[in-house]
Amino acid sequence: MRLDCPICGSRDRREFYYQGDAVLLERPAPDAGAAAWDGYLHLRANPAGETRDLWLHESGCGAWLVVTRNTVTHAVESVELASRVKEGLR
Amino acid sequence: MAELKARMPCEGLLPLTFGGVNLDEADLGVMTSVVLLGEEAALSSALSDAHGVGFPKANRTSGKGGGVRCIWFGQRQAMLVGTAPADALQEHAALVDQSDGWCAVTVEGEDVEQVLERLVPIDVRRMHFKRGYTARTQVGHMSASVTRTGPRAFLILVFRSMAASLVHELGQAMRAVASRRGEG
Amino acid sequence: MRIRGKGLVDRSDTVTFRFDGRSYDGFAGDTVASALLANGVRLMGRSFKYHRPRGVLTAGSEEPNALVTVGIGAAAEPNVRATTQEIFEGLEVRSQNAWPSLDLDLLAVNNLFAPWLGAGFYYKTFMWPKAFWERVYEPVIRRAAGLGGLSGEPDPDTYERAFAFCDVLVIGAGPAGLMAALTAARAGADVIIADEDARPGGRLNAEVLEIDGEPGHVWAARAVAELESMRNVRVMSRTTVTGAYDQGTFGALERVNQHRGGRGDGAPLACFWRIVAKHSILAAGAIERPVAFQNNDRPGIMTAGAVRAYLNRWGVSPGRAVTVFANNDDAHRTAQDMTAAGVRVAAVIDSRAEVRSTAEYPVYRNAQVSNSQGGKELESISILVNGKTEKIQTDCLAMSGGWNPSVHLTCHMNGRPTWRADIQAFVPTEGAVPGMTTAGACRGSFSTHGCLADGVAAARQVLDALGKKAPDSALPQTEDAPYNLAPLWAVAGKGRAWLDFQNDVCVKDVKQAVVENFRSVEHMKRYTTQGMATDQGKNSNVAALAVLADATGRGIPKTGTTTFRPPYSPVSIAAMGAGAQGQGFAPQRFTTSHRAGIAAGAPMIETGLWYRPSYFPKPGEKTWRQSCDREVGHVRNAVGVCDVSTLGKIDIQGPDAAALLDLVYVNTFSTLKVGRVRYGLMLREDGTVMDDGTCARLGMTHFVITTTTAAAGTVMRHLEFVAQCLRPEWRGAMTSTTEQWAQFAVAGPRSRDLLNGLLDAPIDNDTWPFMACGDVSVLGVAARLFRVSFSGEHAYEIAVGARYGEALFRELVARAEGLGGGAYGMEAMNVLRIEKGFITHAEIHGRTTAFDVGMGAMISATKDCIGKVMAARPGLMDRDRERLVGFKPTGAVKQLSAGAHVFAAGMEATRENDQGYITSVGFSPSYETYVGLGFVKSGPERYGEVMRVVDHLRELDVEVEICPPVFVDPEGRRARG
Repeated sequence: MRLDCPICGSRDRREFYYQGDAVLLERPAPDAGAAAWDGYLHLRANPAGETRDLWLHESGCGAWLVVTRNTVTHAVESVELASRVKEGLR
Repeated sequence: MAELKARMPCEGLLPLTFGGVNLDEADLGVMTSVVLLGEEAALSSALSDAHGVGFPKANRTSGKGGGVRCIWFGQRQAMLVGTAPADALQEHAALVDQSDGWCAVTVEGEDVEQVLERLVPIDVRRMHFKRGYTARTQVGHMSASVTRTGPRAFLILVFRSMAASLVHELGQAMRAVASRRGEG
Repeated sequence: MRIRGKGLVDRSDTVTFRFDGRSYDGFAGDTVASALLANGVRLMGRSFKYHRPRGVLTAGSEEPNALVTVGIGAAAEPNVRATTQEIFEGLEVRSQNAWPSLDLDLLAVNNLFAPWLGAGFYYKTFMWPKAFWERVYEPVIRRAAGLGGLSGEPDPDTYERAFAFCDVLVIGAGPAGLMAALTAARAGADVIIADEDARPGGRLNAEVLEIDGEPGHVWAARAVAELESMRNVRVMSRTTVTGAYDQGTFGALERVNQHRGGRGDGAPLACFWRIVAKHSILAAGAIERPVAFQNNDRPGIMTAGAVRAYLNRWGVSPGRAVTVFANNDDAHRTAQDMTAAGVRVAAVIDSRAEVRSTAEYPVYRNAQVSNSQGGKELESISILVNGKTEKIQTDCLAMSGGWNPSVHLTCHMNGRPTWRADIQAFVPTEGAVPGMTTAGACRGSFSTHGCLADGVAAARQVLDALGKKAPDSALPQTEDAPYNLAPLWAVAGKGRAWLDFQNDVCVKDVKQAVVENFRSVEHMKRYTTQGMATDQGKNSNVAALAVLADATGRGIPKTGTTTFRPPYSPVSIAAMGAGAQGQGFAPQRFTTSHRAGIAAGAPMIETGLWYRPSYFPKPGEKTWRQSCDREVGHVRNAVGVCDVSTLGKIDIQGPDAAALLDLVYVNTFSTLKVGRVRYGLMLREDGTVMDDGTCARLGMTHFVITTTTAAAGTVMRHLEFVAQCLRPEWRGAMTSTTEQWAQFAVAGPRSRDLLNGLLDAPIDNDTWPFMACGDVSVLGVAARLFRVSFSGEHAYEIAVGARYGEALFRELVARAEGLGGGAYGMEAMNVLRIEKGFITHAEIHGRTTAFDVGMGAMISATKDCIGKVMAARPGLMDRDRERLVGFKPTGAVKQLSAGAHVFAAGMEATRENDQGYITSVGFSPSYETYVGLGFVKSGPERYGEVMRVVDHLRELDVEVEICPPVFVDPEGRRARG
């Protein structure tokens, strides 16, 4: 498996650390309530198809990345800097 | 009065030669991690004014080998090598002394690309990784900085504590490549 | 039998090797199989289940029968195909799966029991008594059935791994692959061409045919030479591309030195490549399929293409009177080549009615071979022609049921092949592997012309995608014979007709599976074991599913295939794990004081990748406890020195550095004064403790935090996550300085005395109170000094640039010894912190909260922090939770053990009664007793209660008193003194 790091280019999976669903970018407000926090921390879809995950290019540039990929075909649709994605959420 | 004697990370381990590939320790002098806090252009011109090298583009080095160099070292980060950083840089970047944090080696010789292709999971061939190119990647299981410094020469940095493992890994690869020489 | 004037072996270079202890001569270029056949040896193995005598079936890596063990002792490698192992001087080869010998195999008694050993036999027979399975049945079956065995000793060979990159990877160097590689390379593409054979060329080395007027193998050699001369091409022979993986990654096994003996030190046996290719062209060829008929497994019965290959490539005839049995035109070449070479062809039996032939040998049309006779070698065959059975004397039968394109790699990413009725075979489905095109026989183009044309077409497609222009050149002239095949899978009749030679699966086994309702192809495979083991059904899959299709009446396309998975052919685990053997398993991290520790005789303990001294033994000390007790005494009574450089150190700077720290720690750091240190606790977002450490403020926008050794990487990732993913607008910079600074704890009542002998400007309690920090100068070298304590004593940590680490450590230890102290290691450090009730990851093990470890009040009420919301969940604030306490033995047994569980006094030590557990223990020399830390339900409310501690593993049953976790100096006076 390879990921196209926006900074370093195409790299082998061994350079990356996998975190989990990119929903982690959307941290609820402290008073958002139990349901919002439960969703943020625990509730995950297990899609056959497109998924968005957070990866860290740990042995590369050190950037956190949002990777959109397909769990059926294993195609990687896009790799974006998590910081940019987060700025777009604001 | 006692005196504290300095010791290099690879002291007693290098140099090493196998089949025309040489591995030796590089003393890079003062090394400073420069992490961007403001605008890259402003930092780059401050660097140019103070040290004659700009902030490098991603995966590239700036400056000439031997003198002051700036090696790209990660997102918003570069390693200023060969000079103490000017105070003026502090306005634009976090400066952290790393002179003792890294083990630096040069590996050079006819088969150097074959040695590295056994350890480094990126394309290090000259047509794709030219002089002045650098990468944050791995050497074996170690996170590393790999820079081409010449047609048959690379500069490799890993954490200082891993010096012995770096020498071991490179030595093994050099032996394996040497064993293929003149055969097949 | 060698045939004069035939073959590509070097007859001037005789090579001697041994098979089952006997010496044989062959020529350079021979495989074990070709050399043995040349010597008249045809019995090369015994079958898996029935122990039937077997010879070679094929001439390639798909060989199911002739599996041998190569080498002796620890270096022996089992299950090597005799058809691919090249011979070299001194090569030792042994047969497998026979006892006491290949010739007299007593286990062949299984063959007599064959009527009871069919599919599903094990499942039905060894059901009872249940206890017999492990004790009796399994060991007996394992001895009787199975392939070669491992030596059980460590593998003395070395293996390597490597990475390669290219525009286009060409898999296979037959006519299609060579033509594709030439076309792509001449256009300037960056090409790798890999072929499993020692000699590239594929079938061009095994056929009598011409390309552009010269023999095919000459054309192939010329093509290879041209490719090898080009700087943009890497030709990899003896390299099998074993798997296709995501994003254009391929695995490939290169046999570097398996074809020669006397390797030098450091020379690898094999190299496992990870090849990354923008595009790939599969030109893997095709594999000929046998026909199932009664007793079609005797030595001497081979595929027709293999017989031809032994003749044309190795100059060997596998028999003196050859017969051919086929359902297609291609197999007739075998008879033609044999006749031309002067070998007698006894007959050609063709299942088709319409066969054109002008040959001198008899051709039986509309005929089938129905049985074979012989002992350990073929002697004759029975043929069924015009309703009558005839017998023909023959010692070699070349059979062909047609060819199966090698579609395997196109299925590695879950693709399914497509059935082509005209060639009665599966071909690759376009697009099954992104970036892969196919060419030649693997896509059903069986003529040489078809292969060359395919090669050019595939290369053009790739060149188009790369934006490169294909060179204009005419296609070489060569044969373009039609294939002409009529399906024939199994000859009707009684007895055992083999489909899968390696697993002893016969036509009747597949039919039996259907009878028992294992009708899906995947179920049939698992019920019969067809398609398993080293050949993975390369010879048998299509025929087996054709028989299945026939038995179920579904037809082949509907029946489908089983899934081809990597690797294409066997890869040793050692090769896949290359680079991770011995020291390569993981990097070793050594502190700057490592050499000094080793010199002092300190045993090292691994903490993550780091190596740290357990203790520093002194002459006369017989146990680690004696050393540990002494070292604890140094710190409590004088001064001890310990290397703490392995703790993570992260430099944090920037206008928003303080805000970041406030968000990641439960307590507040924006209020910390410059020149001061504060203890900090970090939570995961789910409310459990992530790590603890200290944070020093060196300037208004400059902090240095420490992490535990174990969690340094985790914390760095976490901080970067918070900075990049949650607060990208904040301006801050984090840099690991763990490696930059060598840092030593100097702990004990005389620590300041020691330091003042070294510091260029002395310190006192006013200038450097508890939790102070700042820059100092030590023996002229810039340093940082932190007044922190992990022992409860008056203590410091002093940090210098790592290049001075060893010198400073030696200096500190020498001076400590002069003050009645010395170095201390991990064991003493652990006792010191347990006595003081300080937690480590033994306590913050991923399930404990701040509340559990008694730090709930540290969570600031006035700010948000990571984990704050979830830590406030009612379940995590229960008083009943298992909470941190101390333990002291109070009964006759004075020992404690980590991992022991806690029960109320007098209660039975069962899970239902569990009240908690012990996480850390140490012998406290200060109190001359074991002390422990751990967790007990409602812990702090049970101080003084006498409880029972049981360790079932170590058989300890101890009476303890629950007490506060701080044993030494609970008021904290010493650290401030």
